[in-house]
Amino acid sequence: MNARLYRALYRVRRLEEEVARVYATDKIKSPVHLSIGQEAVSVGVCDALRPSDVVFGTYRGHALYLAKGGDLNAMVAELYGKATGCTKGKGGSMHLIDPEAGVMGMSAVVGTTIANAAGYAYAFKARRSDAVVASFFGDGASEEGVFAETLNFAVLKQLPVLFVCENNGYAIHTPQARRQGKADIRGRAEAYGLPAERLDGNDVVGLRQRTAEVVAGIRAGDGPHFFEVTTYRWREHVGPGGDYQLGYRPLAECEPWVAADPVRKLAAALPAAEREDIEAEIDREVAAAFAFAEDSPYPDAAELMTDIYKEDADAFAAAQG
Amino acid sequence: MPSPRLKDKAVERAPRPAVERTLSFVDAVREAADLEMARDPNVVVFGLDVDDPKAIQGTTRGLLEKYGPERVFGTPLSEDAMTGAAIGMALAGLRPIHVHIRMDFLLLAMNQLLNVAAKSRYMYGGRVNVPLVVRAMIGKSWGQGAQHSQGLHGMFMNVPGIKVVAPATPYDAKGCLAAAVRDDDPVLYVEHRLLHFQKGPVPEAAYTVLPGKARITRPGDDLTLVGISYMQTECLRAAKYLEAVGVSAEVIDPIWLSPLDIDTIAESVERTGRLVVVDTAWTNCGAAAEIVAQVAERLQGVRDLRLKRMGFAPTTCPTTPPLEDLFYPNARTVAAAARDLVEDRPCGWLPAERADLQGVAFKGPF
Repeated sequence: MNARLYRALYRVRRLEEEVARVYATDKIKSPVHLSIGQEAVSVGVCDALRPSDVVFGTYRGHALYLAKGGDLNAMVAELYGKATGCTKGKGGSMHLIDPEAGVMGMSAVVGTTIANAAGYAYAFKARRSDAVVASFFGDGASEEGVFAETLNFAVLKQLPVLFVCENNGYAIHTPQARRQGKADIRGRAEAYGLPAERLDGNDVVGLRQRTAEVVAGIRAGDGPHFFEVTTYRWREHVGPGGDYQLGYRPLAECEPWVAADPVRKLAAALPAAEREDIEAEIDREVAAAFAFAEDSPYPDAAELMTDIYKEDADAFAAAQG
Repeated sequence: MPSPRLKDKAVERAPRPAVERTLSFVDAVREAADLEMARDPNVVVFGLDVDDPKAIQGTTRGLLEKYGPERVFGTPLSEDAMTGAAIGMALAGLRPIHVHIRMDFLLLAMNQLLNVAAKSRYMYGGRVNVPLVVRAMIGKSWGQGAQHSQGLHGMFMNVPGIKVVAPATPYDAKGCLAAAVRDDDPVLYVEHRLLHFQKGPVPEAAYTVLPGKARITRPGDDLTLVGISYMQTECLRAAKYLEAVGVSAEVIDPIWLSPLDIDTIAESVERTGRLVVVDTAWTNCGAAAEIVAQVAERLQGVRDLRLKRMGFAPTTCPTTPPLEDLFYPNARTVAAAARDLVEDRPCGWLPAERADLQGVAFKGPF
């Protein structure tokens, strides 16, 4: 399991480091909100999910997309704005989707997908499926009305949904304590009737284990569950670099998180040869994905006016023969 | 200005069977939902109070008993999250009908409707469907006031990706709801509370009135009256007032506002040269403005035109009857404006109210 988790963690980290490196060339045509430092949350939870389970996420969604099995080539091509991207260059980094892998969407408007996840879970329940939905969002989203409304509905209907609040402590540049009169997201979830717990976002193995237990219960009809996972965003809100020079948070605040980096810790726990094999394979895969994006064409001009309505897509498909 | 008579154009009508049954608008809506739920197990109906004893004026009556609480349920007072949940259900392949007893409540759900429902197909590169129907009612008369009276359909016409339909007859109420449910895109289904009282011919079998086709509801030569939603009723009455003074009005019901059948309207105006669009909404940047603008773009330089928008007075809807009466266009004010356009001068004419052309209204006290 450690090798599998390391592989998933390293893959997200490596991919995003490459995104950050390439970003300066302006080949990427989409603002990027990097997950670096937060990868273990998506990796730990998604490792315990099945391919048929579904996730919804946020504009900081690279880690979730990859952890749930989203196609890597289509993701990098999407960042490049190419026709081979997962949304043909129409959605960009903030709207990644891969329905075949159960990645059902991400929103640039904070909190928005929480309700979509609950609705999807309602459909699972209505169809007597034992699949579950995992809804990922940040601490800022917990201040939106849709958060409170959705938690109430999920409890009312006992929906098969796992809420995963990735609490990285900041909404852009504003710390949680300056936004929440009572900075206890777990407690608020519990007040709505959800079993809710706070977990360490660097403990990828622990997250994986706890998710497996909880999801088994959800599949068995236990109803919704809530994780508040503490984590930390190492880099700036949007863009490839750091932002400690802005002064809204001290570099020292990040240091314990870097010291506890699960990517490095898990790497150290693996036999060197095994680790090197994994890294070499991922390095090749990431390089191939960027080459794929580079070599892919931009979408045709006609794509501007397709996919607005179903009829447009049908007409376009007919015209393409 | 002379009224040019062009070639006779067949009046467009959806096919109707020889044997007609009369149904109220309310029962037509209920029957459409019933038939669609029976046809497709993915159809679900929910919203505030859809399962309460009043059953949304009766439009959802009997559905709970027939289809059970998983497919028909009242919701928490959470328009934002319930709209988001409806989208999630639609992404998963259900076909939700989300009911709002007043359109004003949609303002609590705009993020989900315009940022998610309308955009998902495009921003996800055509990889998802959002077959969502949102039923929303416009209130009028007897103290509906500022927050129970708004016609906000123009806001939705402004945004690509969501369709808008505003049926004005029981026949179209049934056919449009069925079409909306079967559509793979989100549809805002605009109802007007006063239309609920209407009765009209409605076939028993299921049928659809598909997007993008207007209907000429009364042929005429001197001007074109386009009436949206309940204002279709007022326009047909206005045509009778006008007939009495020798003015022949052609009346068109656009039915679907997005996609809009501008061809039928523009062809009519090309014949008549005069257009009055009457909306149950404000005119600025609204459906009436859009229709007038598209006709003007199409026909400028082709022929001389006289154009007018009518709708809510540009103020907030008051409750007191003397002021509320002034807030809305009605058959007589529409007729007066139309005659001014036809004679190309202010005629100072307002027809005396005829008993046979009076409107219905809410009767108090509640």
